[in-house]
Amino acid sequence: MKNKRNFTNLNVNPCKMCMPMGAAIAFKGIENAMMLLHGSQGCSTYIRRHMARHYNEPIDVASSSLSEKGTVYGGAANLKNGLKNVIRLYDPKIIGIATTCLAETIGENIDMIIREFIEEENLNDRHFVPVSTPGYGATQFEGYFQAVRKIIEYLTEETKPNNSINIIVPNITPAEVRFIKDVLKEYEVEYNLIPDFSETLDAPFAYSFSKIPPGGSSFSNIKRAAGARATVEISKLADKAVSPGEYLNDTYKVPLYRCSIPIGLQNNDEFLRILSEVTGREIPDRFAKERGRMLDAMIDSHKYNSEIRAAIFGEPESVYAASRMCLENGILPALISTGSKTSRLQSLLQKQEEMNNLHETPVIIDDTDFETIRELVKQLDVNLLIGHSDGKFITERDGIPLVRYGFPVNDRIGSQRIMFAGYEGSTRFLDLLTNTYLDRKYTTYRNRIYAKYAS
Amino acid sequence: MNANIKTLDERQDFIVCNKKDNRAIKCDKNSLEGSVSQRACVYCGARVVLNPITDAVHIVHGPIGCASYTWDIRGSLSSGEETYRNSFSTDLREDDIIFGGEKKLAAAIDEITEKNRPKAVFVYSTCVVGVIGDDLEAVCRIASEKHGINVIPVQSTGFAGNKAMGYRAACEALMRLMETENAHSPDVTRAAKQPEGNLINILGDFNLAGEIWIIKNYLREIGIDVVSKITGDSTIEEIRKAPAASFNIIQCAGSMGYLGKLMKEKYGLPFIKISFIGVEDTVKSMLRIAMMTKNPEIIEKAEEFTEEQASITEFQLGKYRDRLRGKRAAAYVGGGFKAVSLIKQLKDLDIKPVLIGTQTGKKEDYDNIRELTDEGTIIVDDSNPTELEHFIKTQKADFLIGGVKERPLAYKLGIGFCDHNHERKHPLCGFEGAVNFAKEVDASVNSPVWRHIRTKI
Repeated sequence: MKNKRNFTNLNVNPCKMCMPMGAAIAFKGIENAMMLLHGSQGCSTYIRRHMARHYNEPIDVASSSLSEKGTVYGGAANLKNGLKNVIRLYDPKIIGIATTCLAETIGENIDMIIREFIEEENLNDRHFVPVSTPGYGATQFEGYFQAVRKIIEYLTEETKPNNSINIIVPNITPAEVRFIKDVLKEYEVEYNLIPDFSETLDAPFAYSFSKIPPGGSSFSNIKRAAGARATVEISKLADKAVSPGEYLNDTYKVPLYRCSIPIGLQNNDEFLRILSEVTGREIPDRFAKERGRMLDAMIDSHKYNSEIRAAIFGEPESVYAASRMCLENGILPALISTGSKTSRLQSLLQKQEEMNNLHETPVIIDDTDFETIRELVKQLDVNLLIGHSDGKFITERDGIPLVRYGFPVNDRIGSQRIMFAGYEGSTRFLDLLTNTYLDRKYTTYRNRIYAKYAS
Repeated sequence: MNANIKTLDERQDFIVCNKKDNRAIKCDKNSLEGSVSQRACVYCGARVVLNPITDAVHIVHGPIGCASYTWDIRGSLSSGEETYRNSFSTDLREDDIIFGGEKKLAAAIDEITEKNRPKAVFVYSTCVVGVIGDDLEAVCRIASEKHGINVIPVQSTGFAGNKAMGYRAACEALMRLMETENAHSPDVTRAAKQPEGNLINILGDFNLAGEIWIIKNYLREIGIDVVSKITGDSTIEEIRKAPAASFNIIQCAGSMGYLGKLMKEKYGLPFIKISFIGVEDTVKSMLRIAMMTKNPEIIEKAEEFTEEQASITEFQLGKYRDRLRGKRAAAYVGGGFKAVSLIKQLKDLDIKPVLIGTQTGKKEDYDNIRELTDEGTIIVDDSNPTELEHFIKTQKADFLIGGVKERPLAYKLGIGFCDHNHERKHPLCGFEGAVNFAKEVDASVNSPVWRHIRTKI
């Protein structure tokens, strides 16, 4: 195995973000919620800016704006005053308090500060969810699940069993969340989908603008998650320690099913099989046709796809889903990479049958950076990039086209509407991969062949 | 008070309604916790100022986020090297926080210096580094001696003040860069003794969409040469030569006014504050720069050049003016200089500024803004989405000028938007910039979409 990074002591061109970013996305999927970042002013502003560019939505995240004084003597006063102001300006029902590097390093006791605050202000009608997300702890991937888990930990309690099922959603696009809700509707099942940013991070234009957009997982839905029939966690890569489904299983014995993002044939099959199992219903007819059309598409493009040598990068979950789809279509995922630290990506992919029948073994690398990815892309003669917008630097320098997928896609319009889930979405994704490759091939092959044989 | 809105009590003093309200605006303070300020941090201030130095390695000493969110943050263009477009981070992990990050930093500097042989390295401190107490000075000094290049610490610990403190830290770092070279050349202040020379430095332009090239071309037209561009499209070598110029012109005074002051103290270089935003300020700035040289030939050329350019621009602006007359503008920008120039530019297009705010404006800037705007204009310092939404509505703005975070707010409120931010892909300075500005405002404000969003099925 190669080194994970070209530089031992430096991360050059990061392929990851920090934990609070993930927490911010998660809290945006909770109804009537606001997040406050306990730290210096910059953290929240960076996160807002990054998210605003991806979702094209106003992103309000508060900060406790810690200054030197707060850092030396403790940030309790800043945090309490910050919370007070957030309540006055936004009147949220649920307030997420995520820590930063700074708050963690100075050793803030958030739980205690919040308890004091609730007592001092006599607040019993609002819910506070503290989440520990030090920037040095892990990446936005873990921060996201950590926040979802804490939301569930803080808002659920022992409750009588009910008929609903829990759906834990990873960091996919709002349009993809809407698709998952459509599927659940087909199954005619009551569900608690957490977090649900399908409306909040892709809000329809309306005359009455509200600072906290309507939508999101409701408090009552989250609360009844403890008594649900089952949890379907759309994540195979989240560690047990941050997995919300594992928590519900450990604490309330809610049976847990984990599957990948429904992108690609096998991932969709698995998703629907699990839904059928937990609901006791047949797979709805609609999907048979959609699946059939996807198979048709897979046949149509399989020979072209065999020429694609892809590099995939991003968060572990989205990388896993895309890699699996490449493998089942004969696209060589020459490089499979993530900036997060995970051994699961490798171990899960190695179970994939197609891995045994490849002309060459894909390089799978975690905890890496774009400096390293770029070099491997060259070494491995990659001709298609699949991942988030930061891959554009490789495109710009080395001319390899990028199919934008994952988070963030912040240099194009409509990222909140990208829809690659389901058989239809996957078909669109697959066609896009193939056509992006063909576009390059057809515009260059005349010159290439001429240069090879006739010049 | 007149600018009464349902905002936080602590924020009321940072908002004034022009003229009806005699209060002086409060500004230049730390942001109010929980207000959802649009400001960033000390580190951000330092990074945006220094990052355009094209051949420097910028190492962010801290956990990954700070480097990740600022990778290639500005649309600064380069005529040469592109080292600055990479983001280097020591990517501190939990163990580094416990045991200290100095060793890792020293090793990081060694590694990049040995591999890439950069001309200089800037090392930025972040929040965590400020708390765990890594001695950046010492690490950088040792590395400097070891590798024989400038390794300059930038004291930009995020919580230690606001963005403006980061500007200061950046200016101090730039001074250190100049000092190292000039310690060996005692003649360096010679040129400065002749302020009427035609060699100048441009401070506070970052070459967004090639803007510094435009300014440089204008100056060349009238016989003025640029020694050093600070920091848009600059090189380490070029910045070191800055003290040899006759005088400094400062565009973004919020970030570079301090450098001007320091260079005046140290090298006796006079400075003037200029602005190339809008026709009026561009013309004025060109003439003032020419006057500084006391060279009749240059002055005459400047008069001719600006007259000619202004009349060409006037002609081009004509068609937009008809389409924009009477529109109402809101602007929320970073610094005071930009706000002041924008007001003049808006007025030149017969657009009425109804809301003007800045993140880091100073008292003088706000005095200017009050002078330039009409009665009833709302002026606000370090604002937030609640206030912006409220005033955009009550002031009946037709469009907002701002940055990335403000754009979706304008769109959700159903009004136009002009991107006056780091990432712009077309120049907004000088004569062509004035036309681009009018064109962009027109494209947004007069777009057919606004008509359709008011329809129902």
